[in-house]
Amino acid sequence: MNRVLRSAVFFLLIALLWQGIAMSERLSSYLLPSPLSVVRYLYGAVVDLSLFAAAWVTLKRLVLGYAIGLLFGLPLGLLTAEFRLCRDTIGLLALGLQTLPSICWVPLALLWFGQTESAMLFVVIMGSLWSVLIATQTGVQTMPPIYVRAARTMGSKGLHTWLKVILPASLPFLVSGMKQGWAFAWRSLMAAEIYVTILTGFGLGQLLHYGRELHAMDQVIGVMLVIVLIGLLADRLFFSPWERFLYRRWGATG
Amino acid sequence: MTTRLQEELTNVPPVKLSVQGVSKSFRVKGACVQALRNVTIRVDEGEYVCLVGKSGCGKSTLLNLIAALDRPDAGEILVDGSPVTQPGRDRMVMFQETALFPWLDVLGNVLFGLKLKPNLTKKDRLEVASFYLDMVGLKSFTHANIHELSGGMKQRVALARALAPNPRVLLMDEPFGALDALTREKLYVDIQNIWLKRRKTILFVTHNVREAVCLGDRVILMAPEPGRVIEEFDIDLERPRDINSVALAEHATRITRVLKERPREQEVDE
Ligand SMILES: Nc1ncnc2c1ncn2[C@@H]1O[C@H](COP(=O)(O)OP(=O)(O)O)[C@@H](O)[C@H]1O
Ligand SMILES: [Mg+2]
Repeated sequence: MNRVLRSAVFFLLIALLWQGIAMSERLSSYLLPSPLSVVRYLYGAVVDLSLFAAAWVTLKRLVLGYAIGLLFGLPLGLLTAEFRLCRDTIGLLALGLQTLPSICWVPLALLWFGQTESAMLFVVIMGSLWSVLIATQTGVQTMPPIYVRAARTMGSKGLHTWLKVILPASLPFLVSGMKQGWAFAWRSLMAAEIYVTILTGFGLGQLLHYGRELHAMDQVIGVMLVIVLIGLLADRLFFSPWERFLYRRWGATG
Repeated sequence: MTTRLQEELTNVPPVKLSVQGVSKSFRVKGACVQALRNVTIRVDEGEYVCLVGKSGCGKSTLLNLIAALDRPDAGEILVDGSPVTQPGRDRMVMFQETALFPWLDVLGNVLFGLKLKPNLTKKDRLEVASFYLDMVGLKSFTHANIHELSGGMKQRVALARALAPNPRVLLMDEPFGALDALTREKLYVDIQNIWLKRRKTILFVTHNVREAVCLGDRVILMAPEPGRVIEEFDIDLERPRDINSVALAEHATRITRVLKERPREQEVDE
């Protein structure tokens, strides 16, 4: 309770300071809108549903692209961990592409797919795929081989060993890789949405972009807050439970 | 050698496990290391046999071959007269390092092998698992996580996990090597009780002569480079045995003396 109170007081102080600076009118409201006007914008955007519509478009791109990234990244990571041939080919490719900031894919995506949903998806997939792949590979390769031997003496083989031993044994790496993949996907999607007008859907990034074009700083800051909120929620809903599980089961190393 | 004669005269138990002229080498950085050369061992049904030898004499290699986690270069390994070709629940292994699965709790670890055993209902499996957890004295830790257990408790879970699928042969590779003396002494008592109750055929690896004398019906000495059997001792002491008893110490001294006469094998613990 004490900690909640402390945080609440801290953020309240920031809001008060912000309101104070805004009211002193040193900066024009076009540069620094007051917190109240941001709240007013958020209220309006919630009531006319424009905020939900934009968040829906963005999340759809993000979740779909991320799911495809996982769908390919996990099995490819298993393959590169298991077969030297895959490691020397796909593994090397992944290692190289992972270092590429995923926003760098945007120009190429636009050339290939035009201003479409596919371009957005492509950027998100490229953002998540490689780090998921590499985390899977690392997880499987650093797993103590004794686990597989022990499982074999108990009658486990083939697919059962993969699903019940190798995958769970690499879980600490998988979760951190998936989290990193998610962060990369989220950042690159935001960058792409701000950078590119997509005709088929109007996401949060575009809302931010038009806020600037219209000199509506209350909208810009309001949308930024929503983006922070979505990031926090995703962390709490998807990743924290896994991390708590890892910590409980593995102890401090998880 | 009176065993031949005894075999002729008495109704001896059937041979459970037979290792016949087994050799195994590994290639390490281009060089060839002969881990085992022409090793022959037989273990009778329900017998508790200890393998003793200094580190590197091929004890783990031999256990891995019997578990069929690896294949011999030459020779044959028979269980109940038929050659082993793949790992099986009839031969369970307790490993040197802890091989418990950290992503499962204690019960999950014990259930792992049971879930792979056909013809058991979920209820059966839970009953069997809790029976063995009770036997090793960890009933109240059923839902504990592995990292919360002490070294001794971990090895007890490993023992319960190995016993649960009801193997006839138990292969144990220095299971108590990493434990402190007091914990070990407690486990000597428990493992003897369990063995008396369940009558498994046990092949137990250790580098501690006293431990071997305390637990085994028979102690087989091995020597390294190349790994081979050098001598066998029958231990005819009453059970349960106390590791600190005088009679046991006498046996241990006799075996250690044999080891000391061989200049290479002095590093074995007394
Ligand atoms: N997988 C392996 N690869 C290469 N060398 C091995 C392997 N396993 C064992 N050896 C070698 O074989 C010899 C016997 O090893 P091991 O069976 O582990 O002995 P012990 O268990 O008696 O200490 C050692 O020289 C070891 O280096
Ligand atoms: Mg060993």
